[in-house]
Amino acid sequence: MYVLRRIGVYALAIGAAFFCAAPFLWSMITAFKQNRDLYNPINNPFVFNRPATSDHIIYLFTKAAFGTFAWNTLWVGILVVVITLALSLPAAYALARLDRPWAGWFGITIFLVYLVPPSLLFLSLSRIVVGLGLQDNTWSLVLIYPTITIPVSIWLLIGFLKAVPRDIEEQAMVDGYSRLGAFWRAVVPLTFPGIVAVIVFAFTLTASEFIYALSFVSPSTEKVISTGVPTELVRGDVFFWQSLQAATVMVALPLAFVFNLFLDKFIAGFTQGAVKG
Amino acid sequence: MTGVRRIADREGTLAWLFLMPSVVYIIALVGLPFILAVGFALSDVTTGDPSFDFVGVRNFDAIFDDPVFWRSLGNTFMFTGISMVFIVIFGKVLANILVADFKGKWFVRFLILLPWTTPVTLGAISWLWLLDSIFSPIDWLLRQVGLLGEQGSLLGNGSNMYWLGEPGLAMGSVIAVHVWRLTPLAAVIMMAGLVAIPRDLEEAARVDGAGYWRRMFEVTIPLTLPVIAVSALFGAIFTFTDMAVVDVLTNGGPNNATQVLTSWAFFRGIDGGDVGQGAAVALFLFPLLLAAAIAILRAVRKLEVR
Repeated sequence: MYVLRRIGVYALAIGAAFFCAAPFLWSMITAFKQNRDLYNPINNPFVFNRPATSDHIIYLFTKAAFGTFAWNTLWVGILVVVITLALSLPAAYALARLDRPWAGWFGITIFLVYLVPPSLLFLSLSRIVVGLGLQDNTWSLVLIYPTITIPVSIWLLIGFLKAVPRDIEEQAMVDGYSRLGAFWRAVVPLTFPGIVAVIVFAFTLTASEFIYALSFVSPSTEKVISTGVPTELVRGDVFFWQSLQAATVMVALPLAFVFNLFLDKFIAGFTQGAVKG
Repeated sequence: MTGVRRIADREGTLAWLFLMPSVVYIIALVGLPFILAVGFALSDVTTGDPSFDFVGVRNFDAIFDDPVFWRSLGNTFMFTGISMVFIVIFGKVLANILVADFKGKWFVRFLILLPWTTPVTLGAISWLWLLDSIFSPIDWLLRQVGLLGEQGSLLGNGSNMYWLGEPGLAMGSVIAVHVWRLTPLAAVIMMAGLVAIPRDLEEAARVDGAGYWRRMFEVTIPLTLPVIAVSALFGAIFTFTDMAVVDVLTNGGPNNATQVLTSWAFFRGIDGGDVGQGAAVALFLFPLLLAAAIAILRAVRKLEVR
């Protein structure tokens, strides 16, 4: 019975992993194929019928400005994460700790803001972006993305902050710190796992966003990965398939790797935010 | 006494000081655009003529007269409903796998997370190539095992399935990609619920002689029902409001068979230039989302009681 169950667990785990990762496995094979190999429906698509080539990956960096897209995604993501933390950490602390009678419904209202979808706002936001003179500029994304990340970050951080024992900040205040000092010196360091969860989640959300990036920014040097790759590597009906697949894999693997590192912390935050929030 | 009161006052001020930046940000860049969206929906603004003239509900009349709108609405509900069912079932199975102990767990977790952490457009592009009308490897496999491409084959004698060209298959493909992409998220949320179950409850059931499936259906699932509801609604909202999958895979086609409200709003408002009508279509999403939000709230409330 025990052995059977172990086999069952392994079979399910391998099956699930395959179900999720199969498109990427195939992308990896495709990325190194020659055109004459790829565009022949008789060829076995899972093996190299001709020698592998790295031409299409070189093309990605030399002709398609993939490096620029990646760099834009990176710095936009980092700035958005910084803005998100700077705004949501104090807000979450106020809602979790400062014992305001309205903290409960206020927290819920902020969470509901997370549910307002970009598809409802992009038309008017693109007008606001034009009004601010930020159209076709990557900075417009730095300005707008925190509206997606702040509400969910506040919600996650409330959970982590509630898990920090009150005694610790009270002790810090007895030791002569002001409330602000106790927050900064005693509470924030203990919330570090939550901060990490927010960094990872906010960055992933930012890197995935599509509608705002598509409607605010059109010059190719200002684009981010999520819009640059599909628009610059598809010219009319011509798809640069190998380069597209290479780009997908190169973005997917590091993001999943980092997310996996912090998955346990993320799960802990979700539990606390949901159960005690 | 006065000292205590002063601290209470200070806490009130501090709470507002801490909250104010986030509140201002959200009001300026979510609240204001939302009101603006309502205004657009009631006006005749186009990309060519940005002057603002109030036209009442004319935009709504126009979109309600358009059969594509009703098609999009129906598709939105169908895609969301069907994906949600699969996302919950697969998410539950995945969550149970991910909390089990086995060798190589770290690597399996990494692979399982891939669909969710990859930017939606890139994941969808991978699928676009998997479902290609000529070079789809799925078709190649089907041809190899004799299900496709010969006289009397089960799936027809054509050489390809045209996954994104046939209305029924295209809808199935869009749903499959949504399920693939959101199942990991649902699994992670449900894992959170599983981890939170008090160990002694399961132990007690085990001591009482309840088997795996009995514990699953009589202890684990009832206890995690609120988390399952939350993950279902997250899945629903992400499917409901997404346009990237449809945009990349089918562009709404063939013949609007996979058109959804968000993509239709985008085509009307940005590509078609009729900002007023686009906003009216997008605004139509809101009451539906509010209903979903209230349902989430209730699920979260239930969690708080525990």
